[in-house]
Amino acid sequence: MAKSASQSGVLFRYGPEITGVASIVVAALIFEFLVRVGVVNRFVIPPPSDVIMALERVVVEENILARSGATAFEMIVAAFASVAVGVPIGALLYRSNLWRRAMEDWVGAMAAAPIVLAFPLFLVLFGRSPKTIIVMAFFHGLAPIILKTIEGLAGTRKVLINVGRSLNMTSSQLFWKILFPSALPVIFTGIRLSWTFVLITVVGVEYLINLGGLGQLINELAERYDLPGTYAAILFVILVSVFFFVLLERVELWLRPAR
Amino acid sequence: MEDIRLKPAMVVDDVVKRFGSGDEIVTAVDHVSFNVAQGEFVSVIGPSGCGKSTLFNIIGGLLGDYEGAVMIGDERISAPHPAVGMVFQEESTFPWRNVIENVAFPLELQGVAKSERMDRAHHFIDMVGLASFEKNFPSQLSGGMRQRVSIARTLVSQPKILLMDEPFAALDEQTRLLLGDKITQIQQELNQTTLLITHNLTEAVQLSDRIVVMTYRPGKVKRIVDIKLPRPRTSDVVGSDAFGHYVAEIWNDLREEASRGMADSESAAARRNAHG
Repeated sequence: MAKSASQSGVLFRYGPEITGVASIVVAALIFEFLVRVGVVNRFVIPPPSDVIMALERVVVEENILARSGATAFEMIVAAFASVAVGVPIGALLYRSNLWRRAMEDWVGAMAAAPIVLAFPLFLVLFGRSPKTIIVMAFFHGLAPIILKTIEGLAGTRKVLINVGRSLNMTSSQLFWKILFPSALPVIFTGIRLSWTFVLITVVGVEYLINLGGLGQLINELAERYDLPGTYAAILFVILVSVFFFVLLERVELWLRPAR
Repeated sequence: MEDIRLKPAMVVDDVVKRFGSGDEIVTAVDHVSFNVAQGEFVSVIGPSGCGKSTLFNIIGGLLGDYEGAVMIGDERISAPHPAVGMVFQEESTFPWRNVIENVAFPLELQGVAKSERMDRAHHFIDMVGLASFEKNFPSQLSGGMRQRVSIARTLVSQPKILLMDEPFAALDEQTRLLLGDKITQIQQELNQTTLLITHNLTEAVQLSDRIVVMTYRPGKVKRIVDIKLPRPRTSDVVGSDAFGHYVAEIWNDLREEASRGMADSESAAARRNAHG
């Protein structure tokens, strides 16, 4: 009885994770079956078992550590630059009603624009170098942070601002001690969104201009028509991004405990 | 020897506040005058729309542009004054700070050294009965506990006047009565001059030495009632004949005003429906 209670406790605690992993395993098994019986062409989608076998080969033979390092470097520079520039711009736009109303729609349009397709322009400006990738990823990651910073600051509850005013706080104290911490959860939503855009842009542009890290690896493997290798490299990028976002979540939890 | 209670800690003198311009001027507060003596607990009661919250904002210095004067000593209030500590109606704790950090916040702004501000914060947390919750975050507390954190945060700077705007409005009746006991106990312990803005009759009678009854829009002083219930006072007082007498007496004053307010909001709703 006690054993079954503890089993149901484990299921309750880890239920969503177990279900999530199980659904991926089931989907892989279905694809495996469909490919093996010939319903899906193995030259379009390789069997998942081949992809997993290729993962080891890709990691060992394709110099994946150095390539991951190149991608990580471009991503980290672009991601932190987006935060360093986006949050102050958002804060400035929040303070000026005129500028906010004038710019908000443009920034929103920038968030939705397929900036990756503007790579020829950036190539002309910055050459075929990591600079191009970083600048493009930076621009793509900027808009969500600006928009969410404005939203977070504007969403600060009036009563909290009144508490600050009743304590005779200066506008700088009001910003750093009330507005900013109050807006932080929303800003973090913007950062998560922004860094997703940054990762997509970095890998996408690496693929398009055949330069740098993991995107270039996917390109090379696809050119060689090594389909299991290509999918294994894509899987590796997904695993890296999962790791990256789990890390971000931990940082967020550390910065704002017990909300 | 001079009786210190006779010396006004605050004087509200002929205060008028109008909103809007041209033909659209609305007078929210209309020639309101009363005093609050040192150590006295005064409540301002009136129906919704009588300008109570406007008066709260004026006395707290959040609305500087008004006619007349709110005086603390020789100073006319036109901006937040360090002598006035405000407790707001809405939940106003900082969710990103735990209880002790919330309470110590005003001292942090004043540049008080960390060990001293923690000691002082601890003292007031203890006073509001939350000693075992110092490390908890507001999201881990009930509504009543969060409001006590706000009260402790206001008291920690030891304001001359504690100004509260319906601090228990969002709480159930039992919690409200119990917190009323806590407030009475603190007020007596600190001899804290207190001005409470409320629309709750029983709360006003339970806590106050005097009650300022306001009219519906424009908000004027209709009557000031002395509450001569014994002190020290607890919520047991609600069972007494005298308590019932005061509640009935004030309700007699308020009924007409509340009816006007209700009729006004119904006709406004009817107009909106007709246009809508």
